[in-house]
Amino acid sequence: MLSLFLLVHGIGNSTTFFGSEAFNAYAEKLHSLGVLVQLFELGLLAVFLLHISLGLSLFLQNNQSRPVSYEVEKSSGGRTLGSRSMPYTGVVILIFLVVHLVNFHFTDHSIPISDIVKNVLRQPLYALFYISAMIVLALHISHGFWSLFQSLGLNHPKYNGTLRNGTLGAALLLSAVFILIPLCTLLIKKFLL
Amino acid sequence: MQSKKIDISLKIWRQEHPDAQGNFQHYSLSGISTDMSFLEMLDVLNEKLTLEGKEPVAFDHDCREGICGMCGAVVNGQPHGPEPGTTLCQLHMRHFRDGDQLVIEPFRARAFRIEKDLVVDRSSLDKIIQAGGYVSVNTGGAPEANTIPIAQKTAEQAMDAAACIGCGACVAACPNASAMLFVSAKVSQLALLPQGHPERRERALSMVGKMDELGFGNCSNERECEAACPKSISIRHIARLNREFIKAALFSE
Repeated sequence: MLSLFLLVHGIGNSTTFFGSEAFNAYAEKLHSLGVLVQLFELGLLAVFLLHISLGLSLFLQNNQSRPVSYEVEKSSGGRTLGSRSMPYTGVVILIFLVVHLVNFHFTDHSIPISDIVKNVLRQPLYALFYISAMIVLALHISHGFWSLFQSLGLNHPKYNGTLRNGTLGAALLLSAVFILIPLCTLLIKKFLL
Repeated sequence: MQSKKIDISLKIWRQEHPDAQGNFQHYSLSGISTDMSFLEMLDVLNEKLTLEGKEPVAFDHDCREGICGMCGAVVNGQPHGPEPGTTLCQLHMRHFRDGDQLVIEPFRARAFRIEKDLVVDRSSLDKIIQAGGYVSVNTGGAPEANTIPIAQKTAEQAMDAAACIGCGACVAACPNASAMLFVSAKVSQLALLPQGHPERRERALSMVGKMDELGFGNCSNERECEAACPKSISIRHIARLNREFIKAALFSE
């Protein structure tokens, strides 16, 4: 569900590449859904809380499952940078989420959304923070997307390769979109005009 | 391949008994034939230690043919050593170079108690098997073997799962010390065949329940287990276990 949200969010945000009008129109359209938006937000919040609490309890349980660690730690070839760092990238994403919500959700909505974006992301520090957070997000989903299917029991020689490659592709594509937005806002004066 | 003699140094975990404080001891061996198996190299070390009047290194082994699942230690961070699809007893010294240092540790997990040195108590795996229960078989004379048709492909997949020798390397390799690959192999070999169908739901639920109860970790799809498994059992079986478990949890009475 979080993955789907991320995909839709990515597609929605790509409207920034077509200028402020398209982006503002998209935001307008979304907000005109009224109570549906609030319902969706509540659902999303519930899923996020579930994701965090399950992840945290797994992390704590797994930390106890090997009381004495190995002298030599060496991968037999299964782990990836993404899978290794899931709990830590998760924490970074949570911090990002709070900042992101403060920047764009709990803010004065009388100014058009494209101006809010420009106000925030034209500050180099914010832009840098957003870009770094999105690299971390890419790492998180580079394991998460595929892992989701495996945990639900979807693994078959016919499509497991596609799932693994698709996961990497989705991680790259999504992070490219999300990174380009702060990058363009920061560097290209005409962006979102 | 020409046989050579190599010198190696060893750093081995020594622990008197389960509650004792263990530590690493250093040993060096010279003139080890590259034709030797890893366990034969340990035999040479133990002979030397015995002659010196010292306590030999305790390690588990039985068939030394790679089929019993008794042997196993972590060599330089990898269960059963660096060769893929190989048990420790079938690992040969030709895979090491002259002057190598080998760090040898027992399989480590909360659910595996260290008995002595490299010997670990893996009876928790037996407890999971016990929790799996039985398969219903009619009494009387043995039925004709081909009464129940089974597709060749299905039989092969069940056999792939049944290749599990229960050595515990998956647990040792898993960053979370989870026994998912072991449980998935045992659940799969029965779930794939019609003979295992009557009890498949209870089996999946109680084996997973037992695994959690015994203090094994959770699967986070790191894929270290299949890379370390001496029988190269695929995590496809873990996906099948997940399917079995989800179906059983949602639909069983």
